[in-house]
Amino acid sequence: MTNKILMKGSEAIAEAAILSGCRYFFGYPITPQNEIPEYLAKHLPKVGGTFLQAESEISAIYMVLGGAAAGARVMTSSSSPGISLKQEGISYMAGAEAPCVIVNIMRGGPGLGAIQGAQPDYWQATRGGGHGDYRLLVLAPATVQEAVNLTYQAFDLADKYRNPVMILGDGILAQIMEPVELPEANMQLPEKAWAVGKNENRPRNIVSSSYPKVYELEQVNIRLHERYAQIKKNEVRWDSYLTEDAEYVIASYGSAARIAKAAIKMARAEGIKVGLIRPISVWPFPAEPFQRIIPQTKFFLSFEMCTGQMIDDVRLAIGNERPVYHYGRLGGVIPLPEELLAKIKELVKEAK
Amino acid sequence: MNKVSSFPKTLVDVPWHYCPGCTHGIIHRLVAEVIEEMEIASKTVGIASVGCSCFCYDYFNFDVVASAHGRAPATATGVKRVHPDCLVFTYQGDGDLAAIGTAEIIHSAVRGEKISVIFVNNGIYGMTGGQMAPTTLPEMKATTSPYGRNTALTGYPIKMTEMLALQDGCVYAERTKISSVATINKTKKAIRKSFELQMTGKGFSVVEILSTCPTNWGMEPLESIKWMEENLETYYPVGVIKDEKEVK
Amino acid sequence: MGLIKIREERCKGCTLCVNACPKKIIALASYVNSKGYNPATLTDEEACTGCGFCYAFCPDICIEVYR
Ligand SMILES: Cc1ncc(C[n+]2csc(CCOP(=O)(O)OP(=O)(O)O)c2C)c(N)n1
Ligand code: SF4
Ligand code: SF4
Ligand code: SF4
Ligand SMILES: [Mg+2]
Repeated sequence: MTNKILMKGSEAIAEAAILSGCRYFFGYPITPQNEIPEYLAKHLPKVGGTFLQAESEISAIYMVLGGAAAGARVMTSSSSPGISLKQEGISYMAGAEAPCVIVNIMRGGPGLGAIQGAQPDYWQATRGGGHGDYRLLVLAPATVQEAVNLTYQAFDLADKYRNPVMILGDGILAQIMEPVELPEANMQLPEKAWAVGKNENRPRNIVSSSYPKVYELEQVNIRLHERYAQIKKNEVRWDSYLTEDAEYVIASYGSAARIAKAAIKMARAEGIKVGLIRPISVWPFPAEPFQRIIPQTKFFLSFEMCTGQMIDDVRLAIGNERPVYHYGRLGGVIPLPEELLAKIKELVKEAK
Repeated sequence: MNKVSSFPKTLVDVPWHYCPGCTHGIIHRLVAEVIEEMEIASKTVGIASVGCSCFCYDYFNFDVVASAHGRAPATATGVKRVHPDCLVFTYQGDGDLAAIGTAEIIHSAVRGEKISVIFVNNGIYGMTGGQMAPTTLPEMKATTSPYGRNTALTGYPIKMTEMLALQDGCVYAERTKISSVATINKTKKAIRKSFELQMTGKGFSVVEILSTCPTNWGMEPLESIKWMEENLETYYPVGVIKDEKEVK
Repeated sequence: MGLIKIREERCKGCTLCVNACPKKIIALASYVNSKGYNPATLTDEEACTGCGFCYAFCPDICIEVYR
C-alpha cells in the first residue's frame, strides 16, 4: 500500500535526510534552496538533531567537517555561489575521507547571476570542484520522488565510500510540488571506528587531509583513486526513455530531462524517433548506455540549462563515432519543450 | 629519588619539527599536562589549525581533527555539537585566528560555543617564512613589511582577545606570556581554567599566549623572549581580560 | 637534593634550560648530537635541587626531573 503525500522538492530532500539518520545541518541562507534549511530548522530539533546557521558557507562546510569527523551524519545545502565558497572545505573532506552530503540547488551564473534554476555547475560538481585530485559522487534527481530516494541513499553511499556525496538539483526541482512516498526511518547507522570523540578503549584517531610526506600523499592519492574506481564500478545510475528504436538520442539530466521528455513525446507524435538517456549519477557518468546505442543513433543532442558542459562527457563516452550537438537556455531561462522540438527537427533535417 | 617531571602521556614521544627554542613546544606541553591532570584524555578532541602548529596532530596523544587555515573554530563547533561531553579545543596561531579566520573565531564567541581556544600570538606568520600578520607591531620588520610595518599602509595591530571578550558568549578571556617559570605556570593555570569552564558547561573561552618566533624574528631563543616582553607585551598587555564572574 | 636526566638526542641546544636553572649547572656540551645540535648537559650533579625550572622551560621536553 502506498502512502503518498504532496511535498515540495526542497522539503522532500530535507525530510529524506532526516529519515536517513542525518541529525546535523550547517548552512547559510541562499535562494533558491532556503526551504531546505528552514524545514530542518523546524524539524531537526524534534528528533534530537541540531540545525545551526553558520556565519558563512565557509564556516558551514568546516562545521560539517567537524560533525563528520565526529562520526555523525551531516548535511549542508547551498546554491551555486555558496557552493563555490565551500570548495576548499569539500576538498579537505575528500582528503580527510570524511563522509557528508552536500546539496547544490543550482542557479544561473557566473557571479551573483540570478536566482532562477539553471545547470551551470556541472563541471564544478563532476570534476571535484575544489583543489586536488578528487571526485564527489554526484546524484542528479529529476523528480521529487527521486530526490527523496537519492538523498536517502546519499548518506549510506557517503559512509560506504567515506567520501562527500553531492545532490545536484536546480531551482525547478527545489520548488516543484509532487506526491511522494517516504522511506522508513533508518535506525541502523554504521559504526565509525575512525571517528573522533570518546576514546576509552582505542588508540587515538586523527581525521586530517594533511600528509606532509610526498610518498605518503602519493599512496593516499592512489588509495582514493582506487576508491573512485570502485564507485565507477558500483554506482553508475541512469534511466532511459523511448530509446529502443531511437534514431536520435537526447542526453539530459535533472529538471532539463523533464522538459526533454515532453519534447520527445511531441516529436514522437510527428513520427520522429527520438529517445532520452538520463544520467542520474553524473559522476560516475553512465558512459555505457551511450556507447551501446551508437549503432542505431544518427546523432546525440545534449540538452542542458547551460552552454554545454555534460556534452563533454557524452563526447568522451562515444568518441568521434557520431555528431554530438547541444541545446539549452541560459542564465535561468527555462527552455520550452517546443524550442527543443524545433532544434530536434532542425538537426534531423540536416542529418538527412 | 622519585621522578617528578617527565614526558606527559598525553603527548607522543616523536621528534618535533619546531625550531630550537620555539615556545610552541612549551605550550603543547602545558595543554597536554592539563589534560593529563584533569584525566580527560579519553574524551578530548583537539582541532589543529594551519600554521607551524598544524602537525600537532602527530604530537598530541588524543583525538585530533585537522582543519583548514582559519577554520578550526568552525570544525570545533561541528565536533562539540556532536559530542557535547568532550573537551574540544582549537590550537591557532595569530595569522590563522586574527586574519583569515576572523569570522569563524568571532562567531564562535558570539554563539557561546562551548570550546576552548589556545591562541598562540607570535606577531608573525611563522610557517610561511615570516610574513607580516595583522598582529605584527608598528615598525616591526617582516618579509612582507621589509621596511617595518607601515601603519599608514597596513593599519594597526589587531587586538583579538579584547574583541572576543566583548561578546556575551565569551565567559573567560586571558592573555598570558611564556617568559619565566612564573608566567609559564600562570599560562598553565589559564589553560586549566578554560578547560574546566568548558567541562562544566560554560561558554566560549580563549587564552591568548604571547609567544616567540626566534627563526623569523632573527633572534636567539633567549633574546626573542626578551624582545617579546619589551615589545609585543607593550601592545598586548597580559592579564585577565574577561572573567567568568563578569558574565551575566 | 635532585637530579635531572637530559635526553641529548632530543635536545636542540636552545639554551632556555641553561638560562632557567637557578643553580647555573646546565651548559651546552662541546660535542653535537646526531641532529647537529650541542645538547644540554648537567655540569654539577651535587648542586641540583630538583626544582624543575629547566623542565618547565624546555620546548622539546628533553628533561626528566628527580627529587
Ligand atoms: C587557505 C590558505 N591560505 C594560506 C595558507 C598558507 N599558510 C600556511 S600557515 C600560514 C600562516 C600561519 O601563521 P600563524 O597562524 O601566525 O601561525 P605560526 O606559524 O606563526 O605559528 C599561512 C598563510 C594556507 N595553508 N591555506
Ligand atoms: S618558524 Fe617560528 S613559530 Fe614556526 S617553529 Fe620556527 S620558531 Fe616556531
Ligand atoms: S632541576 Fe633545577 S637545579 Fe636541577 S638542573 Fe634543573 S633547573 Fe637546575
Ligand atoms: S631547553 Fe631543552 S632543547 Fe633547549 S637546550 Fe635545554 S634541554 Fe635542550
Ligand atoms: Mg604566528
